[in-house]
Amino acid sequence: MPTTTLVLVLATLAVAGFYLGRNRSLALASGAGGPQSLHSLPKHYGYMAAAWVALPALLLLLLWTGLESSLLNEMVLAQLPASVRQMGADELSLYFNQLLSYAHGAIDASGLDETQLAAAQYYTEAASRLAVLKTALVFLVGLGGGALALRKIAPAFRARNHVEGIITATLFACSFLAVLTTLGIVLSVLFQAVQFFQIIPLSDFLFGLEWSPQMAIRADQVGASGSFGFIPLLLGTLLISAVAMVIAVPVGLLSAIYLSEYASRRFRAVTKPVLEILAGVPTVVYGFFAALTVAPFIRDVGESIGLTVASESALAAGTVMGIMIIPFVMSLSDDIINAVPDSLREASLGMGATMNETIRKVLLPAALPGIVGGILLAVSRAIGETMIVVMAAGLSAKLTANPLEAVTTITVQIVTLLVGDQEFDSPKTLAAFALGLVLFFVTLLLNVVALYVVRRYREQYD
Amino acid sequence: MSAVSVTANGTGAVDAQAAAGEESAGFDIEHAEATEDFETTGTPFVDNPKMSARNVNVYYGEKHAIMNVSLDIGQNEVIAMIGPSGCGKSTFLRTLNRMNDIIPICRVEGNITLDEEDIYTSGQDTVLLRARVGMVFQKPNPFPKSIYENVAYGARIHGLAQSKAEMDEIVENSLRRASLFDEVKDNLDKPGTGLSGGQQQRLCIARAIAVSPEVILMDEPCSALDPIATARIEELIDELKEKFTIAIVTHSMQQAARVSQRTAYFHLGRLIEVGETKDVFTMPRHQLTENYITGRFG
Repeated sequence: MPTTTLVLVLATLAVAGFYLGRNRSLALASGAGGPQSLHSLPKHYGYMAAAWVALPALLLLLLWTGLESSLLNEMVLAQLPASVRQMGADELSLYFNQLLSYAHGAIDASGLDETQLAAAQYYTEAASRLAVLKTALVFLVGLGGGALALRKIAPAFRARNHVEGIITATLFACSFLAVLTTLGIVLSVLFQAVQFFQIIPLSDFLFGLEWSPQMAIRADQVGASGSFGFIPLLLGTLLISAVAMVIAVPVGLLSAIYLSEYASRRFRAVTKPVLEILAGVPTVVYGFFAALTVAPFIRDVGESIGLTVASESALAAGTVMGIMIIPFVMSLSDDIINAVPDSLREASLGMGATMNETIRKVLLPAALPGIVGGILLAVSRAIGETMIVVMAAGLSAKLTANPLEAVTTITVQIVTLLVGDQEFDSPKTLAAFALGLVLFFVTLLLNVVALYVVRRYREQYD
Repeated sequence: MSAVSVTANGTGAVDAQAAAGEESAGFDIEHAEATEDFETTGTPFVDNPKMSARNVNVYYGEKHAIMNVSLDIGQNEVIAMIGPSGCGKSTFLRTLNRMNDIIPICRVEGNITLDEEDIYTSGQDTVLLRARVGMVFQKPNPFPKSIYENVAYGARIHGLAQSKAEMDEIVENSLRRASLFDEVKDNLDKPGTGLSGGQQQRLCIARAIAVSPEVILMDEPCSALDPIATARIEELIDELKEKFTIAIVTHSMQQAARVSQRTAYFHLGRLIEVGETKDVFTMPRHQLTENYITGRFG
């Protein structure tokens, strides 16, 4: 039975379990003096039965689906003749993939040997046997769970607390899943990065001043070994982020101050949504804007005053990125400024301070830690931003602090390294994972610092 | 009498309204819309007023919060404003230094003068006005700065000190006058928010008097404090009246009786009765005042 059907049938069983559980509790109660004699409401007994039908069976189904294919492969491998199993790893993998493809009907029998055909036959049979076993087991567990729950129902049984426990466990499982996912992502990047660092020493990567990841296919080619110093990328990233922050922080912060302290309600009602539309523009559209409008504009302006400006400059990419982040900075600052208690505003205004003095001397100092936290969050967004820089910042890994030149960023390089067909044993491809790891750590660090700062600030008024 | 049971919450006000409707037979204050048919009982006017309000009406949007209030505040007197929640006493207090200007929907009509100058003319600088008419709020609201900086704040804004020594003097004098100096003199660089509630409120008083105002408005300054801290503030108010004119809004009738020379009773946006504090509390002339101070409301 396909998995979706299985899940649907389980859901139906769970609904049935609900009614059985509820009715059973009512039936028991009528013998013991009416529904009042039950510890919990009848529906709680129903929920309990439904949960016991569905949850263990779903858990089993999940585990089974995850392990099925590797189990099958092991079974097939185990019954291959010894001569085949002694082949080299690459050869065996090819051999095995051929028979799998045949078993799935992707290729025909030509070019396969007798053993492969037999193994494919065995594979197909084993798969169908396992499928039947799976269906049977899942139903058994579901029905068994339901039966257990129904047996447990008694007027004194605390179904309400029991259901509460089940819900808590489910919630925990969901949050745990998020943690596991994060861990999975980090590990998958980490393994490839470790492979990279076995070829290129960590110190070369961290302190190298040159980035040119071209690797030769043949040993006698020109430029046979690439250089993987990530400092130019880091500097390029920081340069563009700095330009972005120079745009976004003043505009975002000052507009937040205006909107929260000065603007009339009507102006605020119009302006805030408009600024928030900026946050909804897809970054790829910002990319067009940067590459086709802002970059040529900056180049033309620069040339008209005698400066040499690359047509893809850090300034252009950073400016557009800054515009993208404005609403982010603004809405964070707005929240934080609004969180400063009104009593402080009144105190300052009541002393005869002007609105401006109140903002500079009371509101901003009080809100500063929170604003700094918000800005750090914005920086980590800028560093991780990809699409705008891919389209507008260029590819040359120059070691420069001049925003008028083309620079490249960590994210751009990851994209270029992984686009197209790549070999996964070359340092060129693996370098993308090392970069990803570094990027992950930088943004993680920024986020941790930002959250710490924001939390410190929160405690102040509680 | 159960003054304590006159609570600061909304239900108290509702009860008070209901009670007023039933008990003030012959006088229908709820429906007395026209302003002419009501006159404040007692003596709202004095010979040498520091501030005086004439025919003041305050509106919050559509809501008519203060109705035709006329009241004088005498030189160096403590005047207490009492009344059930929502009666407009705090709103009236805030018209005296134009703190209501902060609220966009708030509109004030009528005349209010300070030393016979109208404070609601368009030429009036609210910054200077609030330097002359200071305010202490219901909840202690020190800035999240050091004790020293809290007191120095107003003096800095108004440029009252030319040197560090002068500023030190202003801070010390203000803290002394707020009888807080001895408790905090070794910790002037500690945050003001770290003090106890009563100390914080005295810090706020010190902050207010640091700019040498002429009038101090106090909006229920003790409602967030325990009885001991309250007693200290009350003593302080008594000392401060030597130098300042004080208008205090309070929910505690004992407090009004203890600290004030005159008492004004507000009810549903109207100033019902004003008089010498001892007269108002011993022989109230208006039925509503009597109901309130004998604890028949709430």
